[in-house]
Amino acid sequence: MKVLVAVKRVIDYNVRVRVSEDHAGVDLAHAKMAMNPFCEIALEEAVRLKEQGIASEVVAVTIGPKAAQEQLRSAMALGADRALHLEHDEALESLHVAGLLAGVVEEEQPGLVLLGKQSIDSDNNQTAQMLAAMLGCGQATYASDIRVAGESVTVTCEIDGGLRILALQLPAVISVDLRLNEPRFARLPDIMKAKKRPIESRAAQSLGVDLAPRVRTLRVDYPAERQPGVRVDSVDELVDRLKNEAGVI
Amino acid sequence: MSSEQTVRTLVVAEQSSGEPDAATARVVAAAAALGEAIEVLVVGSGAERAAEQVARLAGVQRVHCCEAAHYDHAAAENTAALVAGMAGEYTHLLAAASTTGRSIMPRVAALCNVAQLSEVVAVQGPDTFVRPIYAGSVLATVQSDDALRVLTIRPTAFDAVGAQEAAPVAALAAGEDTGLSRLVDEQLVSGERPELSSARVVVSGGRGLGSGDNFRLIEAVADRLGAGIGASRAAVDAGYVPNDMQVGQTGKMVAPELYIAVGISGSIQHLAGMKDSRVIVAINHDEEAPIFQVADYGLVADLFEILPELVEKLPRHES
Ligand SMILES: Cc1cc2nc3c(=O)[nH]c(=O)nc-3n(C[C@H](O)[C@H](O)[C@H](O)COP(=O)(O)OP(=O)(O)OC[C@H]3O[C@@H](n4cnc5c(N)ncnc54)[C@H](O)[C@@H]3O)c2cc1C
Ligand SMILES: Nc1ncnc2c1ncn2[C@@H]1O[C@H](COP(=O)(O)O)[C@@H](O)[C@H]1O
Repeated sequence: MKVLVAVKRVIDYNVRVRVSEDHAGVDLAHAKMAMNPFCEIALEEAVRLKEQGIASEVVAVTIGPKAAQEQLRSAMALGADRALHLEHDEALESLHVAGLLAGVVEEEQPGLVLLGKQSIDSDNNQTAQMLAAMLGCGQATYASDIRVAGESVTVTCEIDGGLRILALQLPAVISVDLRLNEPRFARLPDIMKAKKRPIESRAAQSLGVDLAPRVRTLRVDYPAERQPGVRVDSVDELVDRLKNEAGVI
Repeated sequence: MSSEQTVRTLVVAEQSSGEPDAATARVVAAAAALGEAIEVLVVGSGAERAAEQVARLAGVQRVHCCEAAHYDHAAAENTAALVAGMAGEYTHLLAAASTTGRSIMPRVAALCNVAQLSEVVAVQGPDTFVRPIYAGSVLATVQSDDALRVLTIRPTAFDAVGAQEAAPVAALAAGEDTGLSRLVDEQLVSGERPELSSARVVVSGGRGLGSGDNFRLIEAVADRLGAGIGASRAAVDAGYVPNDMQVGQTGKMVAPELYIAVGISGSIQHLAGMKDSRVIVAINHDEEAPIFQVADYGLVADLFEILPELVEKLPRHES
């Protein structure tokens, strides 16, 4: 069974984002970029499925500018067998990404597609569900455990009230959560080898998906700052202030 | 263009065993900010009973009720197909940004070939919305050009609507069971405590607690205040407490009257989930901890010394 993993290039999660001067967006120039943390987990799971002899091939795919090939190199260093790049310079919406991924699924015919549950830049949490809809297949979101057996996959999903375990027929689309696994670090020799491996790159437009924007960002702002707080010196002072100043207890 | 179009909104409500989810009244409030035509869909076993309550939420004009077991347990494939089938009648489809809403609504949007907007915190017009991005570090004001807008609403950003005389409830024929996924098991935490995302007071513990056992200290404070209990990701990852207690970018969004963070450093990802709380208290022995930057009241102290004293001195919660 082939496993397709969608990986996205995003700003590193440690970087503090800045609103651009004209408030048109955030300033990403010179910001440190990385693989979306949830995509790292999706990739790790795919690689483990291969190590267990369940997956036959792990294919990583990214949609983004030329620089996103960096994340594909990381994916190969971490164990992806092949890397597909759909080049596109402008930011895309989840609907477009899902449409493009559906095109890739059509060509590659994977048994399982793994995605992150959420991009840490857009915080959309949409692409996996949209892709599953387009493919007409089952979906599981927030996966914290994945077990493939024959023609089906059993997935533990983290939900608001606890855990829900679902069984899906393959092919299926799964979005993964933080507790699914602990991604490994790439080893230096693997990083060196990955540098020489081919990346199958082509224009995103070549898939014939309508990529016209549906949503326009009118402006971006910092949220209202909280009023500066005070230091209290004792439990007595804290309780007193909560009671008599804030009126919350 | 779009602003002249008549708004007609369908709210996809959540219910379990006939009890509508508390977030529904807040999502209806977001719908009311769009326009007056508000209808609600309730599905699954118990939908008929839940529909009676939903019909009494102020502003709701009609409730569609589909009592069928293949919509239970947030069955995304079946529910999305049903909602997409109704979408032609509406300009806006809304649901709470819960794990259920976030699973279903993108699927609905894709079936309708439109974009979806997640975690909307403000409605500025029928086509213009505000939503946090980059873990809430910034707020984006976005305009949607689609004729159908599919949104998930962050419930804590809207005040629940009040009550009214019951609106009519109409039975809706069930769609097919797609059979694409099957429930194997569900392990729900039955809490005697208030639900985290709607609790008036939340007390959260972080890695500083050092063990699951030590969370007893947090529980004692929460008992005093009738509070819900939350945690940082580090505390959940370390196995101190279950995952459904995680507050933050990838956990729950809370905005209680009072949030007490104990032994939590205040990473941007944690702040994303709680910085809209009305009053924030931080207890941490590191005076440089970033949590103090958002705290209204900061106490630099060892939590193991402070919490027992705090329990002692807090007034007892009357329930
Ligand atoms: C993609 C992604 C998503 C994430 N999502 C979330 C999320 O949703 N929610 C979340 O919380 N995190 C999230 N994180 C993790 C986040 O970056 C932090 O690692 C995490 O919040 C740290 O938790 P903490 O504050 O409990 O631990 P630490 O950062 O280790 O802080 C522990 C604090 O306890 C204090 N302390 C220790 N002992 C005592 C004592 N005896 N008395 C008083 N104080 C004490 C220390 O001074 C310290 O400030 C995410 C990370 C990533 C990469
Ligand atoms: N440009 C992209 N290229 C590849 N995968 C993507 C891209 N955008 C989103 N994804 C995948 O979809 C997941 C969820 O993203 P989102 O719906 O944007 O929050 C990510 O974790 C990726 O697995």
